[in-house]
Amino acid sequence: MGRVLMKGTEAIAEAAIQAGCKYFYGYPITPQNEIPEYMSAHLPEVGGVYVQAESEVASINMVMGGGSTGYRVMTSSSSPGISLMSEGISYIAGCEIPAVIVNVMRAGPGLGGILPAQADYLQSTKGAGNGDYNLIVLAPSTLQECVDLTQLAFDLAQKYRNPVMVAADGFMGQMMEAVEIKPSPTRNQPADESWALGFMGERGGKRSHLHSLYLSPEPLEEHNRKLQRKYAEIKKNEQRCETYMIDDARLVVAAYGTTARISRSAVNNLRAEGLKVGMIRPITIWPYPFETFKRLPSTVEHILVSEMNAGQMIDDVKIATSCKYPISFYGRMGGFAPSVREIEDECRRILGQ
Amino acid sequence: MSEVKVYSRPKSWMPDVSSHYCPGCGHGIAHRLVCEVIDELGIQNDAIGLAPVGCAAMIYDYIDTDFCEAPHGRAPAVATGIKAVRPDKIVYTYQGDGDLASIGMGEIVHAANRGMNLTVIFINNAIYGMTGGQMAPTTLIGQRASTCPLGRDVKVNGYPIRVSEMLAALPAPGYIARVTVAQPKYITKAKQAVRQAFQNQVDGKGFSLVEILSSCPTNWGMRPVEAFDWLVNTMIPYYPLGTFKDFD
Repeated sequence: MGRVLMKGTEAIAEAAIQAGCKYFYGYPITPQNEIPEYMSAHLPEVGGVYVQAESEVASINMVMGGGSTGYRVMTSSSSPGISLMSEGISYIAGCEIPAVIVNVMRAGPGLGGILPAQADYLQSTKGAGNGDYNLIVLAPSTLQECVDLTQLAFDLAQKYRNPVMVAADGFMGQMMEAVEIKPSPTRNQPADESWALGFMGERGGKRSHLHSLYLSPEPLEEHNRKLQRKYAEIKKNEQRCETYMIDDARLVVAAYGTTARISRSAVNNLRAEGLKVGMIRPITIWPYPFETFKRLPSTVEHILVSEMNAGQMIDDVKIATSCKYPISFYGRMGGFAPSVREIEDECRRILGQ
Repeated sequence: MSEVKVYSRPKSWMPDVSSHYCPGCGHGIAHRLVCEVIDELGIQNDAIGLAPVGCAAMIYDYIDTDFCEAPHGRAPAVATGIKAVRPDKIVYTYQGDGDLASIGMGEIVHAANRGMNLTVIFINNAIYGMTGGQMAPTTLIGQRASTCPLGRDVKVNGYPIRVSEMLAALPAPGYIARVTVAQPKYITKAKQAVRQAFQNQVDGKGFSLVEILSSCPTNWGMRPVEAFDWLVNTMIPYYPLGTFKDFD
């Protein structure tokens, strides 16, 4: 398959199939409906199964069951649906079950609207469910990256036995772009019989028991310590970040997803004017790419955070930079994205131009 | 004189483990029936259980099969997820009335309505046990519970839900029966129903549910013998025993 023009949601779905995902549990919610629709049409062609759940509460629990077999499974939803899934995500993390969850983010709070937003940054990176757990959260900025990160999500989920979220804002889901979707080299990775359900015979009669309940404090604390060691390992190994024109930059725009695309155009235009502006783009928003922020050049004087929300990433940038730079924010909400012009103007204002 | 073995624990009961259940609780009997059926059908290595939230949350401490622990009420959804990937495995849930008929009513109705080839063991003891005796959706009219201290009032709390009759109204589920573990004569029939519910899945027939009327002397405020009498004399009249639906 060469480069083809595809809609983001359908590209994500096909990328998942090419990553060996044969089981999808879905529930309709705009703006991600093309994912379950695509899966219901195409999974049977590869010997897979699509199940339409009765709610997002059910679909995430189906993912928990499917993932517990060690095979590649997935669900997708949009913001209010992810809220409903939060219980299940906490259990999946607690039971250490691999799973991939796609959130095509829309504007909130509450029912909000169906237009794009990045308003679930805190929900996804800080944990909406109960207890000390973390999701790996990937934030694509192009449709090719939607494809690549979806495939990466399956690898990371199995490697760490952890739920992984692809946090694609609504623009990523609904726009069209040329993408190339290759079969993932790991698509035929077998289930890990050492822990997955359904292999008691293969284990010589030794059963597997996946649970998050520990009624005594000692084993529960030990379980938590084990999870924390895993999260520390993920933080060490999996930070992903792009920097763009930062080598001599005085001002750096920090943005991810669609806002990063817009910021890139603004940086190009400002550079053409001779202004020293660059961009830092977290690709993993958990684990947050602290290491890249630490290595920002000494020329940097100021950081502008831009998001399609009220500034949910600001605290992470402050932590990542130890508050050593002044930080400004420019964002839009309700389904709007900042325009290239708006970000340029904000940069000029900060630089006193 | 030769020795004749008249009693032993089922092979799929965890070795050297006794249950935490209160004296007079029906869970132990129901667990044993599940174990006996798993042994008789020879499916221990292929069975995958879903534990509920409630007194039976630690069922995996007693039954030696693969297990996953579902969130409260969600076991039918988790089971559906497993069965979609592994239709060759025998997937069963074991759920109480708070779990299945209250917080998990949505999941059980839709799992039944899909006719998914699953086995559901549903324990109805008309009360929330683990949390300390609160009113359940199955608590009888006038029955006292810690959240209806004057007794269940239908004007406020509605009527106890007859789950088996309700699910039997759906076209898809194949086998739905209500049994009890109140007395030995009933336990024999309960065993047959549990066995049928597992055999149906082995045969690929579709959704099977056995509702087991059970006792909770601790939270009913009764001695064990009184509790079993109350079960027979008060619960069974409201929740009639029988097979509400069968494949044939």
